[in-house]
Amino acid sequence: MATSQTKKTTGSRVEASVEIAVSARNISKNYGETEALKNLSLDFPRGQLTSLLGPSGCGKTTLLKIIGGLLSADSGEVEVGGQAVTGPGEDRAFVFQDFALLPWASVIRNVAFGLELRGVAKSERESIAEKYINDVGLAGFENSYPHELSGGMRQRVGLARALSVDAQVLLMDEPFSAVDEQTRRKFQEDLLSLVQNENKTFIFVTHSIEEAVYVSDQIAILLPRPSRVSEIIKPSGFRDKGPENIRRDPEYLDIVDKIWASLRSYVE
Amino acid sequence: MKVFGYQLPGMSSLILWGLLWEIVGRVGVTFFIPPLSEVFQTLFAIIGTPAFVKALSETAYAFSMGVFFAIVIGIPVGILMGKSRLLDELLLPWVNIFLSAPLTALVPVLMVLFGFGMKSIIITTSLFAIWIIILNSRAGVMQINRSLVDMANSFGASSWEAFTKIYFWAALPEILGGVRIGVIRAVKGVIIGQLLISIVGFGALFELYSANFMMTHFWAVLIVLFALAFTISEFLAYLESRVAYYAAKR
Ligand SMILES: Nc1ncnc2c1ncn2[C@@H]1O[C@H](COP(=O)(O)OP(=O)(O)O)[C@@H](O)[C@H]1O
Ligand SMILES: [Mg+2]
Repeated sequence: MATSQTKKTTGSRVEASVEIAVSARNISKNYGETEALKNLSLDFPRGQLTSLLGPSGCGKTTLLKIIGGLLSADSGEVEVGGQAVTGPGEDRAFVFQDFALLPWASVIRNVAFGLELRGVAKSERESIAEKYINDVGLAGFENSYPHELSGGMRQRVGLARALSVDAQVLLMDEPFSAVDEQTRRKFQEDLLSLVQNENKTFIFVTHSIEEAVYVSDQIAILLPRPSRVSEIIKPSGFRDKGPENIRRDPEYLDIVDKIWASLRSYVE
Repeated sequence: MKVFGYQLPGMSSLILWGLLWEIVGRVGVTFFIPPLSEVFQTLFAIIGTPAFVKALSETAYAFSMGVFFAIVIGIPVGILMGKSRLLDELLLPWVNIFLSAPLTALVPVLMVLFGFGMKSIIITTSLFAIWIIILNSRAGVMQINRSLVDMANSFGASSWEAFTKIYFWAALPEILGGVRIGVIRAVKGVIIGQLLISIVGFGALFELYSANFMMTHFWAVLIVLFALAFTISEFLAYLESRVAYYAAKR
């Protein structure tokens, strides 16, 4: 109850003056002949979760990597917190679809790896990692190795690693697509409370309509050929009704239908 | 091996071949094959002698220096080839040529370039070992999971950090495989070097024993050499098995 109260107040503040954490301006990117992105512009409000939703091959990963500074755009620019992006930075952290864990390193070293690369001393980074290992529910697995964990647990390691560097912006590329359906639902619920409790900006790539509508404050629908943002949808009515009620909320169902109607013609 | 339903311990086939050797030796088919028991007697007799210890230490020195250079040059070169398309296209044809070239034919050239001493022997040893180490390190890097590299970059890894914390470890199973084969080739290299360049170490012993038809001595030294090579290779295979668990999971 208390949390839903806070959410309401932040919600109304956001409506009053939307603060933009990340903005992409006129981004174009070609891979040889392939036009992956063409003149794409999109704003990401601070403290909210924005989904990039669209059929595969429409440039979602490309856009996320450009925001993350892993790829440079052919033209256009990305600003994070008012600063133009020229490469990877401490204000952004990635969660990868295939987890991207070091197979030769224990859970605690994996979680602390972002801090290790940022030059944080071993004892300090391990105590930070310890906290996030607890937060994601992996206490007791500190000294396990990735191959000893299930897919869901591995992605919790990936999430803890991204959280432990305390970046303002979390970039998640289909983070739940490699885990089983039940785990995925649990992740989605956990993500909702994460968005609520951490004042971070989430950019979340998915190809699942239901998932996007379930977790997002804002959904950007990307369409291919030429790649563009075709529509921005902001579900507002059901976010505070509790995770277990969202899926039968009429607005939720309407939005899912509406998105399917606009995407169905792009399915081969 | 199984005989009449009994599980024989590992390597019991060696016993069989040893027996055969002993019989052939005793029958006296050829002076070239003395009985195995005599070979072992000779082995224990010569193993502590100053001549043998000197040969062993000379060979061990040339061998370990040669392998050392093959590893410290070969692994980074292989990793860099795997990372850089340009470097790969420049170097790969040469690596492939040298991998299959009859290196023994190059030894006289090395003698002209580097003299008749230890230096040439070490370089010969390195030349035998390095190419497979380069190729395997390169292969290890090429199969690296791209998202590990993206991950390291996203946390701001420098190229040096990416090299030491990602590429090296990701390629380690292949690197160790390459080092293992390289070491076996280095054994060949060091003996050929010692025979052709300057007659020192085990090479000198082989030369001495075969020139004087001292076949038991000849075989005794050869067995020592095989045993050493086998031990090193088994040790590396053990290290490989330690990292094999993640070779499959990358
Ligand atoms: N490294 C690359 N080289 C060439 N083409 C690429 C590369 N990465 C992506 N593409 C192409 O760019 C388009 C967009 O890809 P991507 O951003 O991965 O889409 P999504 O993540 O939405 O599936 C696709 O047509 C894909 O084939
Ligand atoms: Mg993608």
